[in-house]
Amino acid sequence: MTEPAWQPTATIEAIARRAELYADIRAYFSAQDVLEVEVPVLGQYGVTDVHIDNPQATVSGRKVYLQSSPEYFLKRLLAAYGRAVYSLGKAFREGESGARHHREFTMLEWYRPAWDEHQLMDEVADLVSAIGFETDTPDDLGTSDNLDAEPQRLSYRDAFVTATGLDPHRAADAELRELTAQLGLSSGADSRSTCLDFIFSFKVEPNLPMGLVFVYDYPAAQAALAKLSEDRHGNPVARRFEVFLNRMEVANGYWELCDADEQRQRFEADNQTRIALGKKPVAIDESVLAALSQGLPECAGVALGLDRILMQLLGVSSISEVLSFADLLD
Amino acid sequence: MATYSINEFRAGIKVLLDGDPCSIVENEFVKPGKGQAFNRVRLKNLKNGRVWERTFRASETLEAADVAEKNMQYLYNDGEYWHFMEPDTFEQHQADEIVVGEAARWLRDQDTCIVTLYNGSPLVVTAANHVELEIVETDPGLKGDTAQGGTKPATLSTGAVIKVPLFINQGEVVRVDTRTGEYLCRAKD
Repeated sequence: MTEPAWQPTATIEAIARRAELYADIRAYFSAQDVLEVEVPVLGQYGVTDVHIDNPQATVSGRKVYLQSSPEYFLKRLLAAYGRAVYSLGKAFREGESGARHHREFTMLEWYRPAWDEHQLMDEVADLVSAIGFETDTPDDLGTSDNLDAEPQRLSYRDAFVTATGLDPHRAADAELRELTAQLGLSSGADSRSTCLDFIFSFKVEPNLPMGLVFVYDYPAAQAALAKLSEDRHGNPVARRFEVFLNRMEVANGYWELCDADEQRQRFEADNQTRIALGKKPVAIDESVLAALSQGLPECAGVALGLDRILMQLLGVSSISEVLSFADLLD
Repeated sequence: MATYSINEFRAGIKVLLDGDPCSIVENEFVKPGKGQAFNRVRLKNLKNGRVWERTFRASETLEAADVAEKNMQYLYNDGEYWHFMEPDTFEQHQADEIVVGEAARWLRDQDTCIVTLYNGSPLVVTAANHVELEIVETDPGLKGDTAQGGTKPATLSTGAVIKVPLFINQGEVVRVDTRTGEYLCRAKD
């Protein structure tokens, strides 16, 4: 009989580095007067996001959703108390498993009332340096927590044009489909948004500068929970940003949509897309919509994947190396 | 018709792609946080050994390929076909030059090898990783510093030519790694 596997998947050094990271984060936010809050991981509602599925569980005979992010609970706290808050805790995603994904992972999410997304990007850069990433100076020996360059900001459009020559807001659907096929996606009738996701993952991301890079002004169709506006070329864009650390996606942020009616329409549109793709629609979270109706303060928020931050700090290529007990599917 | 969904892909699973049987080599999960999930898959085409890289949407499926790997005994070559037998059922299979390919360099009558069957017919023949074969021709052993590691060509009983150390003589039996074609050691009797 073979012995059941019981050994941790992370070294004690990686486990200790995580503890140090959490201490640095808490010290940073304490100094900034951002309040640490704890919110549930079991919720009555899941999310309607077309490409995010909450794992479900039955607890005391009632169906609950393991939360894919603390976002809705944090927004309810913001609507009630209006204070800058952060949560450092577990998040869950069905079916996500790989070198950079684990169905249970650790997310740092925080909200800044009265800020927009560009102010929040400044703070993300501050935090990244406060947790141990330094910009390389010429005499540095290049350890893994050194970054090659100063933080950079690129619009989604500029990053896309540089890598592909196509304008993501104006290129015809046929042009995007053609590039998608050229880059090796099996043939199929893909939406414009799927083509953009594919091209971004396989062509734009590998072409981003190294170091800390902010990509902002996402296509309006990928707004999720961000406000919409126009860029300087007159394209409708989402006030959403993503953060890349050495070309690895580590965070997603918004200048938050506060309009409850528009948010409801987006949830409903998500469910229409889910149905069209043969997925089950998800009950809309009425609690967060009620909080938005009562009044969410103007704010910006961002969620940072701490397991990937640790991967970068430790220079490892698999998420299982930073998880004490990774549960891989095979 | 059996199918596999992309997220079930593991190394070694056999699927049909563009009509050809393929073996999954690697499956990488790629997903932007808010976006569509993709799988970048490396597959080995079992017909020609080529490795393909394809990307699929995580929601896609592929048809399973009826592929089985069986240990078989190599019987003989009739000049056109190589003949193999399943040791438990005594069922015989014949394979042509294309199917046998490189394995022909290492097959000795009665040896066990792996025959990959696709829809019941031989698709690929793979010799055992290590085989022991007699040297039928090589230059006489040379005097000198054998620790230097010099080599010379030697012809095996199957016709394959490999490099052996200078101290190996005609008539000796040597162990060979069929994956690299390299001499390993003298066979121990």
